[in-house]
Amino acid sequence: MSVSNSSVTRMPVPLALAARVLPLLPLQVLLNICLGEIRSRHPRIFDRLGSHTSKRYGLEPTDLPIAFVLEPRRMNPRITAVRTLPSNLDARIAGPLSALIGMTDGSYDGDALFFSRDIHVDGDMEAVVALRNAIDDSRVDFLSESVVWLGPLAAPIERLLRSIVGSSSLRHEMGAGGGG
Amino acid sequence: MELICPAGTPSALRDAVAAGADAIYCGFSDETNARNFPGLNFSRAEMAESIAHAHDEGALVLVAINTFARAGGFELWQRAVDDAVDAKADALIVADVGVMEYVARAHPQQRLHVSVQAAAANPDAIQFYVDRFNAKRVVLPRVLSVPEIAAIAKAVKCETEVFIFGGLCVMEEGRCSLSSYATGKSPNMDGVCSPASHIQYREENGMLVSRLGEFTINKFANGEAAAYPTLCKGRYQTSEGAGYLFEDPSSLDATTMLPELKKAGVSALKIEGRQRGRAYIERVVRTFRQALSALDQGLPVPSDALRGLSEGQSTTVGAYKKTWR
Repeated sequence: MSVSNSSVTRMPVPLALAARVLPLLPLQVLLNICLGEIRSRHPRIFDRLGSHTSKRYGLEPTDLPIAFVLEPRRMNPRITAVRTLPSNLDARIAGPLSALIGMTDGSYDGDALFFSRDIHVDGDMEAVVALRNAIDDSRVDFLSESVVWLGPLAAPIERLLRSIVGSSSLRHEMGAGGGG
Repeated sequence: MELICPAGTPSALRDAVAAGADAIYCGFSDETNARNFPGLNFSRAEMAESIAHAHDEGALVLVAINTFARAGGFELWQRAVDDAVDAKADALIVADVGVMEYVARAHPQQRLHVSVQAAAANPDAIQFYVDRFNAKRVVLPRVLSVPEIAAIAKAVKCETEVFIFGGLCVMEEGRCSLSSYATGKSPNMDGVCSPASHIQYREENGMLVSRLGEFTINKFANGEAAAYPTLCKGRYQTSEGAGYLFEDPSSLDATTMLPELKKAGVSALKIEGRQRGRAYIERVVRTFRQALSALDQGLPVPSDALRGLSEGQSTTVGAYKKTWR
């Protein structure tokens, strides 16, 4: 549970409920296309990860009924959508989707989210710290870069996604550290 | 007063420059700097590119080579010095007298700053570094009150730099062995305090439990702000009850002390946090740039704007006001 003055937004309940019936296979195909795009645009992420490219990360949006297993292999990175995270992970990062996205686009500071209890981390902390630093340096804009392959549909779909998780500028205004 | 800002990555350096830093301090990706964390710091090429960018934008870059050189491994520190000079660093921040001697001998024109890790806390110690190695600035340890800082600034023939925001040590900088005791690794020799490789977080009975090596450091109830699992900020069970024996988990915020630090003759103000993300860097630097502008215009300095970014979500002015005396 986060501290009482947390400013991190949560996914609206109707959307979270809708995600329960979201088919995972098409989502997974889309996510892996996105990951391929990010890999080609941000090769430095893998340099910063170093030996941690072999780790398995569990990413758990706590306001959604789905989670993701990230395997950031340099040659063939993979992300798998799951209903429940498996136990054979090296590390787990859990928190509201907007917090997880906000850490990738630089609008939230991961340490501050930890202090405010908005995110939870466990497992191999070296792997967690390396991933956080690699992503932070990359300036990857996950939402924007995830839809770039959609061509003319990219802009409206990006707007839709941002309306769901909150724009990065709004997160900045709400306090980069979370917790006010 | 110059605003000296941290950067753990090239992106963070760019954000610090854009937010109004006068100078940025950073280090190479090895144990020559005191923030040797996974995925953090600069390759040689990144350092050169980042310094060039900072110079284009009118900012300086200070390269921290501020761990103590390992016996038998001095070449690593020498190479870091040579490479930082080649990359056109504006100053080197050094703690080890052997490394200082190398800088003064091999690169006599290179500006040298005495790192906080050198724990130079009196005019005689500082003057030694000035006389012997031509040090131009000393970063004062966080053990001094403002009147003590003023007395030092008046007595020494170099500039003084003090911390104004960020993680606070237990006032034994450069001499602390707590991390080494618990994990075998220390900020002084390895560049890591409480290394991530030895940290565990667990949920137990609704509480967040943090451990460092074999030691339970803290247990946080639901809704209670968390902190780094450092031994100095652990909550321990004693015969007198449970509590913070050494130091509360709290960050330094000296915003309210800026007028007094200016009056004390301080040359530069330093923000801690090379291990923090871009969001922290951008917001803290921007906030202090605005505070310094207000100070220069004689306006009230806004305070307590950064509590949400602070360890334990609380702040202190630390030793600047020694209220316990």
